[in-house]
Amino acid sequence: MSDAVWVLGTSMTRFGRYPDLDAVDLASQACMDAMVDGGVTIHDMDILAAGTLFQQGGMGQRVQKQIGQTGIPVYNVTNACATGATAIRTAHLAIKAGEAEMGLAVGVEQMGKMGLLRGGAKDDTNVYEPAGRFGAVTPIDGILGTETMPGVFAQAGMGYAYENDGVGFEQFAKVAYKNHLHSTLNPLAQYRKEFSMEEIMGSPVQSYPNTLLMCCPTGDGAAAAVLVSEEKLRSMPSEVQKRAVKISASVLTSDPWVESGQVQPDVNTLTRNAAAQAYETAGIGPEDLDLVELHDCFATAELIHYDNLGLCERGGAGDFIDSGAPFRDGRIPVNVSGGLISKGHPIGATGVANVYEVTTHLRGEAGDRQVEGAKVGLAHVIGLGSACGIHILEKAA
Amino acid sequence: MSDDTTEDAPVIPERLPIVDYLQLGDDPHLLANECTDCGARYFDRRNACAKCGKAEFTPSRVADDAVLKSFSIVHRAAPGIPVPYVSAIVETGDGTSVRANVVGLDDPMTAELGMNLVFTTYGCGTDDNGTECVAFGYAAA
Repeated sequence: MSDAVWVLGTSMTRFGRYPDLDAVDLASQACMDAMVDGGVTIHDMDILAAGTLFQQGGMGQRVQKQIGQTGIPVYNVTNACATGATAIRTAHLAIKAGEAEMGLAVGVEQMGKMGLLRGGAKDDTNVYEPAGRFGAVTPIDGILGTETMPGVFAQAGMGYAYENDGVGFEQFAKVAYKNHLHSTLNPLAQYRKEFSMEEIMGSPVQSYPNTLLMCCPTGDGAAAAVLVSEEKLRSMPSEVQKRAVKISASVLTSDPWVESGQVQPDVNTLTRNAAAQAYETAGIGPEDLDLVELHDCFATAELIHYDNLGLCERGGAGDFIDSGAPFRDGRIPVNVSGGLISKGHPIGATGVANVYEVTTHLRGEAGDRQVEGAKVGLAHVIGLGSACGIHILEKAA
Repeated sequence: MSDDTTEDAPVIPERLPIVDYLQLGDDPHLLANECTDCGARYFDRRNACAKCGKAEFTPSRVADDAVLKSFSIVHRAAPGIPVPYVSAIVETGDGTSVRANVVGLDDPMTAELGMNLVFTTYGCGTDDNGTECVAFGYAAA
């Protein structure tokens, strides 16, 4: 018997805005739905891993107090936008280590209309005093470049455009066109509206080349997954086993040193490293993937991850989107959920929600957006700082 | 009480660099902490080298000439930050990456990947003591 870990149950709330609920409500709902989906209860769980970036501490215990205080170990994790993937990885590790047969991973965020992330405030300094690791006498955002997320990821995309031909504003805009289009088929997406290329390229510029419609929204939501050991799964009813999805690879990397890393976060190397590890562990290559959910926090980010994940030839991300390959009816559908750009990006939930999405397709339960015949899928997230999580999932044989 | 024991009034500097790796004076330039073992350069206060793990550094002047490796024209920023501006990642002539603004362009849309740039400084504010804050940027060469 292999020591594989499986997804037994999974769920996500619709992403959006829930002013009448709090993050504990959202996380609890996702947890309960995931356990119902897997035909198990909180009493079957040996471990709980809870991920959130912005909520106050102790999320796992706060959820337990709503859904069942059974005394199991709780790991509260945070890893920027890779927080949700880190929660899954934590439960996965516990099962791999033999300390748990079944674990629950949940990611949640309640951001509301948080707006622009990062970036300093206006200089209201009264007397200049050097402070911090750079001895700065005043906030440097806007003076020494940008610290805002749309800008940082715009620079990541423009750095790729500098190195490679055939990449420009239009290719970045096509990514957003595709993901908005995909989201019209996903009832759990925060936004479900198609936009024309003209509307996308003509929407207000945030940080060129990223316009408003090329940026993910902030929002609220939660997603959860029940993970189970192979041995435990084989003791369960056959109809449960048939819906289980195998985790063929669970990988987490951080950013190794690169020369430019101190001034521009390197989102490429750690993704390439994670992808290489994941493909080797799963014993597959990118050509075997039937769908990919990747971290399109901004349109510029999605484009470079085509290359980082090996979905296209090196340097060929512009041609890849131009060819239509990542559209739902293309060669390797990418972000059929609508992606972060339109499905939404409640940060802690994102890395679990993309596992939910891939799992749902592999089960053949994705409804109108189903990628027909999907057998293998990849879920990728990246958090600045940086952390990259990749999970490769396979349909039960 | 003699004059010798009178506490000196604090000296108020006329100018201060926005960050401590900007060196002012007659020949303004950037000064990096360079690892004596592997040559990796850093602008922040260091505990050790992120590339090789060693802990000895020497100050090293960064070249003034640079190439624009990436940029974004920022139109949306925190309240009070003037927009649009061109945020840039440049590579200096000696291979050091620096983040700064491209300054002096009449139209930000004229920024071009690969354009040649040169280091420059400018005043970016004054505090209540009258001390000027000096920032740096890169202008078209």
